[in-house]
Amino acid sequence: MATMTAPNPATFRIALGPLLYYWPRAAVLQFYASIADTAVDRVYLGEAVCTRRHEMRLADWLEVGQMLREAGKQVVLATPVLVESESDIAVMRRVCAQEDFLVEANDLGAVHAMGRRPFLAGPHLNVYHADTLGWLASLGAQGCTVPVEMDGATMMALAGARPADVALEAMVWGRMPLAFSARCFTARHHRLRKDACEFRCIAYPDGLVANTGEGQAFFTLNGIQTQSATCLDLCAQVSRMAEGGIGYMRVSPHASGTLEVLGHLDAIRRGERPAAPSPALPANTAPSNGYWTGAPGIRWMSQESVEA
Amino acid sequence: MTGHIRRPQLVAPAGSLAALRMALQHGADAVYLGLRDATNARNFGGLNFSEEDIRTGVAEAHARGAEVLFAINTFAQMGQVERWHHAVDAAAALGADAVIMADAGLIAYAAKRHPSLRIHLSVQGSATHADAIELMREQFGIRRVVLPRVLSVPQIARLAKQTDVELEVFGFGSLCVMAEGRCLLSSYATGDSPNNKGVCSPAHAVRWDEQDGTMHARLSGILIDSYAPGEPAGYPTLCKGRFTVEGERGYVLEEPTSLNAVSLLPSLIDMGIAAIKIEGRQRSPRYVADVVGVLRAAIDDACRDPKRFVPRQDWQGTLGRHAEGDQVTQGAYDRPWR
Repeated sequence: MATMTAPNPATFRIALGPLLYYWPRAAVLQFYASIADTAVDRVYLGEAVCTRRHEMRLADWLEVGQMLREAGKQVVLATPVLVESESDIAVMRRVCAQEDFLVEANDLGAVHAMGRRPFLAGPHLNVYHADTLGWLASLGAQGCTVPVEMDGATMMALAGARPADVALEAMVWGRMPLAFSARCFTARHHRLRKDACEFRCIAYPDGLVANTGEGQAFFTLNGIQTQSATCLDLCAQVSRMAEGGIGYMRVSPHASGTLEVLGHLDAIRRGERPAAPSPALPANTAPSNGYWTGAPGIRWMSQESVEA
Repeated sequence: MTGHIRRPQLVAPAGSLAALRMALQHGADAVYLGLRDATNARNFGGLNFSEEDIRTGVAEAHARGAEVLFAINTFAQMGQVERWHHAVDAAAALGADAVIMADAGLIAYAAKRHPSLRIHLSVQGSATHADAIELMREQFGIRRVVLPRVLSVPQIARLAKQTDVELEVFGFGSLCVMAEGRCLLSSYATGDSPNNKGVCSPAHAVRWDEQDGTMHARLSGILIDSYAPGEPAGYPTLCKGRFTVEGERGYVLEEPTSLNAVSLLPSLIDMGIAAIKIEGRQRSPRYVADVVGVLRAAIDDACRDPKRFVPRQDWQGTLGRHAEGDQVTQGAYDRPWR
């Protein structure tokens, strides 16, 4: 088969998802200062996982947001994904009520709280087909991040059927958020009650890995959230995704590798590099891309088998 | 106690006509069931109903004054949405008393196409607080919401005061420790999840192998748990496996255990809960008979004299025998881990 060349790689925008881990305040501020100098277009801020975490308050996030906006970034505030306690509800409503920045709605309650003002639909709203996307658009959604388990062909089909003014976003790099619980698994591991958790998750900047009995890194504990142990890497697919109508590629922040992958994606979209797997992964992670072909999400398929 | 007591409906699982009949015989007020495909969240081999079976089941239930709730509680998949539309149309045509749904795009279809069809928001719809419930009521006129098993009793009590939508809660059965409708652990390991295929830790991915007397339970080759000789082995549901964190092996997410909320019935009744649901469409007709029988007696007792209600020993014994790992918990309802 003749080699196809793509002189004008389809363009896309780069998004940085919300920081899902609990980092000390100084580390958070330093991280976002370094993000200001990257080619990223859209930055999500705020606490999406656990509203007990308090190194950064909403006012702090708004300040970081101003700094990033001045650096030319589009800033979006994310609402918590699992909203059950009074404090979750209060945080969610405060984020939805502020008018400085666009909001990513991560549960149905946040969609309600937006009251038909423009918002972005988060990856946990379960948009699996065009009718659900259309419904959210009718309520004010200007964009939507597809579920991380969605395969590539379905993503493109959804992109093909999307309302013209709704941009789709897909996560392409980072440990994948897989589940949320009322229970805190980091506290459970330390035999602490959730209400007296001592904020132990701050000791694990990329989460706490759970291995199988055979030593296979399987998932990652991050407070009430369970993530993959593997790092999703769809960097080799981004040009096809962009051609298929995915407008934004989302990187999820990690303690290492984030700046490298942002640079890699920028080089790909500028045509300086071919779309290829990320040169960097978070410390001690293996890559995975199985969801792209509808296979188990934990798997890594070689480029040949992905193309086949 | 307030003067009038609202007796909650007892909602029983029916994975087959035999289970449906057991549920009716033992006092269920309603049964829930689904078609034999990915349109419902218990899409397991040998389980569920043909349309003909549903016709029979609806007739038998209605003859006894019981309701049939039709579960179409997975997320319609792009390119196959007609299959889910067909399930909704079938529910209406077959005389279902309500549909239990999670997918907003699909609920929109049902509300538009069958305006008189009663809609319950499935537990898979992840409505955990009043704002979320209100959105779905306002948009689609949902009449009932099945609450995720992440809420505590005080949280449910607060919710009951904040919404006019009926609340349904789980009373007994297998326990999801994760917020339902937002758990992708199963597709991460096997490709198939509750959202996309209506399954969790599906049987087709399970393999057992034995080495030196130790039994290994695997999902897609991934070791979920190992059992020493003589140790009782459970189904490898992946959130209930044993894993190692910082050198320590154990049930990192959740023990194999079942939810048992029988002793909470007086509180649930007091707050006006509309329905108590039993999990387990994948379980046997015997399970349905026993658990429905116990819950029927318990709900009746609790309504008769809520203040003096004490769960009977023999009830707890029966429920314990049908529990996963022979253990029960009140789960998030009383949050011992809080």
